Amino acid sequence: MDSKITGLKAKLEEELSGIKNLVDLDKVRVSYLGKKGSITGLMKAMKDLTNEQRKEFGKNVNELKAGAAKLIEEKTAELKEMEIQAEIESMPDFDITTPVDLTRGSYHPITLVQRQCETVFKSMGFTVEDYSEVVTDYECFESVNIPKHHPARDMQDTYYLENGQLLKSQTSAAQNAILKKYSKNLIENNVPIKAIFPGRCFRNEATDASHENTFFQMEGVMVDKDINISNLIYFMKTMLSEVFRKDIKVRLRPGFFPFVEPGFELDINCLICGGDGCASCGHSGWLELCPCGMIHPEVLKEGGIDPEEYTGFAFGLGLTRLAMMKYGIKDIRDLNSGSLKALSQFTDDDE
Amino acid sequence: MFLSMNWISDFVDFSGLDKVELIHQFSLSTAEVENEIFYKGKELSGVVVAEIKSILDHPESKKLHLLKVDAGEEELTDVVCGAPNVRVGMKTAFAKVGAQIGEITITPRKLAGYDSFGMCCSEAEIGISDDNSGIMEITDDVANGTDLKDIYEIDDIVFEVDNKSLTNRPDLWGHYGIAREFASLAGRELKPLELEDLSAYDSLDKVDLKIEDKLCYRYSCLQFENIKRNTSPVNMRIRLFYCGMRAINFLADLTNYLMLEMGQPMHAFDSRKVGAIRVKRFDKPFKFETLDGVERNIDENTLMICNGDIPVAIAGIMGGLDSEIVEDTTTLTLESATFDAASIRKSTVRLAHRTDASMRYEKSLDPEMTVTAVARFVKLLREYDPEVRVVSALTDEYAFKYDTVTLDFDKSFVDKYTGIEISNDEIVKTLTSLGFKVKLSGDSFSVIVPSWRATKDVTIKADIIEEITRIYGYDNFDVNTTRSPLYPVRMDEIKNDEEKIKDMLVKRYNLHELHSYVWAYADEQKALGMEVEPNIKLNGATNPNIETIRKSIIPTQLCQVKTNVGYSADFGIFEIGRVVEGVDENNLCIERKKLALTLYSKTKGMKNLYFELRDILATITDDIKHKALTFKPKEAEHSYEHPVNLYEIILDGKTLGEIGIVHPVVSKKIDKKADIVFAEIDMETFASVENASITYSEPSKFPPMTYDLSVELPDKTFYADLMVCWNEVDTDLLKGTRIVDTYDTDTIHSVTIRFEFGSNERTLESSEVQSIMDKIIENLSKINVKLRG
Repeated sequence: MDSKITGLKAKLEEELSGIKNLVDLDKVRVSYLGKKGSITGLMKAMKDLTNEQRKEFGKNVNELKAGAAKLIEEKTAELKEMEIQAEIESMPDFDITTPVDLTRGSYHPITLVQRQCETVFKSMGFTVEDYSEVVTDYECFESVNIPKHHPARDMQDTYYLENGQLLKSQTSAAQNAILKKYSKNLIENNVPIKAIFPGRCFRNEATDASHENTFFQMEGVMVDKDINISNLIYFMKTMLSEVFRKDIKVRLRPGFFPFVEPGFELDINCLICGGDGCASCGHSGWLELCPCGMIHPEVLKEGGIDPEEYTGFAFGLGLTRLAMMKYGIKDIRDLNSGSLKALSQFTDDDE
Repeated sequence: MFLSMNWISDFVDFSGLDKVELIHQFSLSTAEVENEIFYKGKELSGVVVAEIKSILDHPESKKLHLLKVDAGEEELTDVVCGAPNVRVGMKTAFAKVGAQIGEITITPRKLAGYDSFGMCCSEAEIGISDDNSGIMEITDDVANGTDLKDIYEIDDIVFEVDNKSLTNRPDLWGHYGIAREFASLAGRELKPLELEDLSAYDSLDKVDLKIEDKLCYRYSCLQFENIKRNTSPVNMRIRLFYCGMRAINFLADLTNYLMLEMGQPMHAFDSRKVGAIRVKRFDKPFKFETLDGVERNIDENTLMICNGDIPVAIAGIMGGLDSEIVEDTTTLTLESATFDAASIRKSTVRLAHRTDASMRYEKSLDPEMTVTAVARFVKLLREYDPEVRVVSALTDEYAFKYDTVTLDFDKSFVDKYTGIEISNDEIVKTLTSLGFKVKLSGDSFSVIVPSWRATKDVTIKADIIEEITRIYGYDNFDVNTTRSPLYPVRMDEIKNDEEKIKDMLVKRYNLHELHSYVWAYADEQKALGMEVEPNIKLNGATNPNIETIRKSIIPTQLCQVKTNVGYSADFGIFEIGRVVEGVDENNLCIERKKLALTLYSKTKGMKNLYFELRDILATITDDIKHKALTFKPKEAEHSYEHPVNLYEIILDGKTLGEIGIVHPVVSKKIDKKADIVFAEIDMETFASVENASITYSEPSKFPPMTYDLSVELPDKTFYADLMVCWNEVDTDLLKGTRIVDTYDTDTIHSVTIRFEFGSNERTLESSEVQSIMDKIIENLSKINVKLRG
């Protein structure tokens, strides 16, 4: 009987050595340890043995069984390891240096610059307002202290519509509505008016590389009890430094705009030469960027705000100009060209 | 406007100061100075006065002469000269050997075989006029050898001020007003103008003058005769030339000189033609010939200067040809007047003729200036032409006088406006230097605005702030943030939606944001087979291609697609922009903000492209609003719409816009091989739909059960119809459905739908799922949807 046991063990060892995969291994397992397997079969022979023999035999068979299970288990581990190894080896080498597919969408550069400006002002508690493009004469001119026949109207070639309305020639066209919208809250609850309103403006003029009839501005106003010129300079300098991500030098010159008094032209030091003077800044070291000033008392009054009690500043930033400066766009007409060759380059905020 | 520092220096002593630095300060404190500053005479040296002593014709040249000139040296100098106006005894400008004229250095040289040691110069060559007709004539009283720069103001610093920055400053349209600014900036005195005492002529007869129209504020005039001088003094001509004006003759030059000095336009008439000066408008239009020889149409709104009923000049703009000074004129009438600024401006526009005079009148000149200007004119006239006789009394009608402007304010007002500390002394000093009369008691100021600033420029307290701060210098300001309290800010719904949509379209769907114009692109649209639909137009548009305001962004966008054919085999573009949907009952434009999207593809196939667009719209809606879109068939109304698969896009019962395929006529014109689909939604309507909130549903601990059902759809039955069949069944166990397979032939359209059932409380029995499915199947059979075998 014992020879049977030893024989089976030797036979199993020999069979296992030839097994190359888990499927075949399982077949071997079944042929030895399955219900009809040869080791299981040995147990059936026990009924012919004496009690004493049975005890001895049973012990040997169990040992054989355990030994066989262990051998199979080891073989299983070995085969699994081999399979993983084979899988690893079968992985081909990829060429990571092949050209990258950069297909993706893009923002209009105005959107990007506008967002940067909005982010700065939102962080300082300004609301962002939206306003229509078709406005009335009152909104665009009368309400901001430009009565009929005022020479300032000559400064702007306005697109009038058949019905007497017009395409807004400046974002100041929204100023009156915004002052009115928030004046109650200012007067009753002492909440300062802080708003910016980006928008598209229109001027009836011939287009060339530096002139467009359709362009973007961003107007801003702040009104409270003690808003002053010093604050105005602070906000302009801060906003521009944030947008350009560097310390921007600004300077103010007197400028005449009917909706502000005093009114200023704000220049920034040339971003290309840093102020030394170059072709871009006409060798002056400065770039004219943004008209601004203290809101004219008549404009406050027209917005329902008492100019004796409140003061405020307003500015009108040329977003189109800013985008051109920021991205080095030389021809303003590219912006409305609709050409993806030009405009698909602005894939994300660059900050 | 060009300004001469020499001229300004007539009125301010700048000794010890850097003039260029002052110009820079002027630019920062008063008005914008153009970058280029002109250093006149800088490139001129060694030019002296020389007298022509003898002239010989050049034997071989008709033009050239051989001169001997006395340049103040021991010996005469030989010069070969080609000027036509040479004569013995004439004094001229002579560039000696070694002289510098521009980039040329004069050297001895041979001209047509003769030695020449220098060059006789024209005024143009010296740079003091544009006269190049002959060599310069210099008066006999100057000694030979005198350097030209010692007798003439050739050296000067000239700068240009941007006219636009002077729009609101009538006082700065002449050198004297500019000098006042420089004096204030330099902290120096402004010298008074030297004037003739006109009261000396009070005993003479007055000119017959009547202002018959309120548009004339003041009219001052004076007559004189016996003008001997024809050519203006050299220095006057140099100043005029440096300031951009041509010398004409002494009288014309002097009126121009006065205008450039004081900003007061003046005009001289032949007294024979203006016996009775009347200022008025006419009832009927007529034609009038101005002194430039142009016949102009004058209408009933244009103010005229008349001799009785005969017009002789367009007030404030230009004189008439008929009353011009001519050779036999003996007596002259000098006009110095002020008119209504708006009227002059409008006349200028109507006549399309802007002059140096009208440019100034448009700015609201100070009427106080008219008589001063006459007094200054006579002073200069007599200085340069001493035999001139004044033959009338000063005649002056002052019809409209501006009110004196007095402004009262406290120091605290200045503090509040500026945010910095400027002392009372400094305020008084600044305002006084600018001509304001200041009374200070305690911290209270009472300021009288000078007449030249009171016509419109300085009228309110805030104007005073500008005066104080600009002279103080904005570069000297302390810069401080505000002390305003902080409150939370909430952003506009529509703005929020817009930004989210842009991000999703760019980041998730790779679309490109483009901008376009608010008007229809007539030519481009027509070329693509899209008619420009009638809508409100620009008034008097000069370019018919940009005349009609667009009703939809889609046609514009299709033009852009055309532009970009060839950019890539597939691309999508979008814009959030404005359109005008006609006018409302008050004749006001109905302006809407729209999101327009167009997808173009050569590779994806129409169906895939169409569904890609639908899914984009549905996903952004679900993302932002947490709500589902529905669609309703729509009749094609526009030339760009394909009649099939055109749907209204509906959210919460509100129509947002439409989705469709581009009409084949248009599509083929854009690109025969590509499919193009479009959608447009109204942003305001979209923003007006309230966001549903996200409600969290606990994941079930019990396994879900699925049930697949394959059905065949009859013609004209939509998936939405199927959905009704299970939505009608009252159960909370059906958790979701989706299509897992579709099978289409020409005749059969079938789908396999997977139903997912589940419960958070228990494991479902298959029998209860089956009974729900039975109800669904029964509903399906009612709309003739058959199960597939």
